[in-house]
Amino acid sequence: MTATTPAAVIDIIEPPKPIGQQIVEFCRRNTTVVFGSILLLSMVIIAIFAPFFAPGDPLALAPARRLRPPSETYWFGTDMFGRDVFTRTIYGTRISLIVGISVSFLSTLIGLVIGMLSGYVRMVDAIVMRIMDGLMAIPGILLAIAMMALTKASVENVVIAITIPEIPRVVRLVRGVVLQIREQPYIEAAQSIGTRFHRILIKHILPNIMAPLIVQATYICAAAVLIEAGLSFLGAGTPPNIPSWGNIMAEGRTFFQIAFWIILFPGLFLSVTVLAINLLGDGLRDALDPRLARRM
Amino acid sequence: MAEAASPKKGHLLEVTDLKKHFPIRKGIFSRITGHVFAVDGVSFTIGHGETLGLVGESGCGKSTVGKAILKLLEPTAGEVHLNGKKISDLNQLEMRPHRREMQVIFQDPYSSLNPRMSAGDIVGEPMYNYGLAFGKEKEEKTRQLFAKVGLRAEHMLKYPHEFSGGQRQRLGIARALAVNPSLIIGDEPVSALDVSVQAQVINLMMDLQKEFNLSYLFIAHDLAVVEHISHRVAVMYLGKIVEMTDKRSLFVAPQHPYTEALLSAVPIPSPKMKRKRIILTGDVPSPIRPPPGCRFHTRCPYVMDHCKVAEPPMKEVAPGHFVACHLRQPGQAMYAIAAHATSSARTAGATEH
Repeated sequence: MTATTPAAVIDIIEPPKPIGQQIVEFCRRNTTVVFGSILLLSMVIIAIFAPFFAPGDPLALAPARRLRPPSETYWFGTDMFGRDVFTRTIYGTRISLIVGISVSFLSTLIGLVIGMLSGYVRMVDAIVMRIMDGLMAIPGILLAIAMMALTKASVENVVIAITIPEIPRVVRLVRGVVLQIREQPYIEAAQSIGTRFHRILIKHILPNIMAPLIVQATYICAAAVLIEAGLSFLGAGTPPNIPSWGNIMAEGRTFFQIAFWIILFPGLFLSVTVLAINLLGDGLRDALDPRLARRM
Repeated sequence: MAEAASPKKGHLLEVTDLKKHFPIRKGIFSRITGHVFAVDGVSFTIGHGETLGLVGESGCGKSTVGKAILKLLEPTAGEVHLNGKKISDLNQLEMRPHRREMQVIFQDPYSSLNPRMSAGDIVGEPMYNYGLAFGKEKEEKTRQLFAKVGLRAEHMLKYPHEFSGGQRQRLGIARALAVNPSLIIGDEPVSALDVSVQAQVINLMMDLQKEFNLSYLFIAHDLAVVEHISHRVAVMYLGKIVEMTDKRSLFVAPQHPYTEALLSAVPIPSPKMKRKRIILTGDVPSPIRPPPGCRFHTRCPYVMDHCKVAEPPMKEVAPGHFVACHLRQPGQAMYAIAAHATSSARTAGATEH
């Protein structure tokens, strides 16, 4: 402290630390975030550079070499058609991450807009919330089967089928935060200084929603990856010509007793990915909202 | 009420028979089962450069008056004229240009500032909203405002949580000043602050009043603070104004029994002086079912049968001194109560015991 009189207010302004040092400090304090992001990042790299990690063709059939156990040539073994499980698992990462990320992005975006309007404009609220209750009652699996029956199996349909039941969760979260914030005196203050409606939403309410929303997005991402695998396993998800973890496991299910590797390796990848996303979400929640961390 | 029947020239703010009733909803169909009569017919005027203090105990509706004038709450009935223009029936969009004229300082300096905006952005926002200044010019004007309210330019980059209560209230004042208003409604602007800081903030407000010829509607429950800053004082009880006059006559010769009781509760800063306390019994009646007749009759020490049925009208007992009490007759300010209950005036009435 510099020389200040006791009555003087503390007005020492600390020079901002260099950004590198800030990042190091953040990482030291939030190890789960770091661990989760490293795991997730490696998954993303695997997905993007799949042809580099697994040079073979994930669809190439080789009936002569079927159901081979893991070896030097076939790290994760081969399935009942002689396809390389390693190659297929690596390519499956793409589908899982695409589905996870698009579902969490779409549902948070749509949920954010609906939730903010519903929380701030009372007229909209009653109607919107009843629709959301209705949406919440639709099971994702049934919706996916219905969509497959109506159109054809595709990754886009899977994304839509998982997104729709997730939207109400985001809407409820956002609406709750908006309802809490709109009663704050600083919103009244913003009105009294002539702040326009859309600016109040964007400048005063939105920044306060971001922290819980980001956390919710990571959970949705993890859930979407799991649901996608589940849907594919049931045959209501990704079409069977695209290797996804769920598909691989579904096909290997019947050979489980003689060729465990077909199910084991995609299952491991699935678990690690979901773990990584959840770790990231938990860590972010603690870092962004200390109050929530203490409550846990 | 008679004195505010038509918009007069020269008054900055004119409030006529303002009412705000909050519906009470119950059941699945949100049926309206009753009303909270928060503000029930309030009239007053504020001149240019004048401060009207509005006092009353908590729950009497004084903050609701402020919010209804600002149209942060939609008034149920009554008229509000600002500079001769009727603003009470404008919608939010039509209201926007008039908000420049009339600003507000909130009670809670913690929750009235957005925690995620820097101090400079908070004070600069009104200028952005009305297109008064942008970019460098806005920054320069913000800097000037910071200097006006006794904050330093470096503070502009800090966030509200880094300030003390008094500094935050200064930020609130700077934000209100940013659009050059002529009226500032202070909704208990100092009651959340330490006494020493209260004095600083009040003196700042008085200095700014002189400099910009501001008018204040100063809502408070602290009589000492109101006495210091106000020119005139209005006393509210259960949604109505019971007495309104200039500061001197209110504190020297209060005419309403409620005012008298309020004043008797103000401590005298001398160990030798003691005043006879008028202790009111009972609680404030519920504003959902206000008592018939005079609203104060349930607690009034001088209650008469007449008070329980007839509501006393506002009477001008002395020039500029309005009282709503059956004990008082127009043109005849009576000092009888003051005599037999011992004077409760803070300045002259402290009696030696």
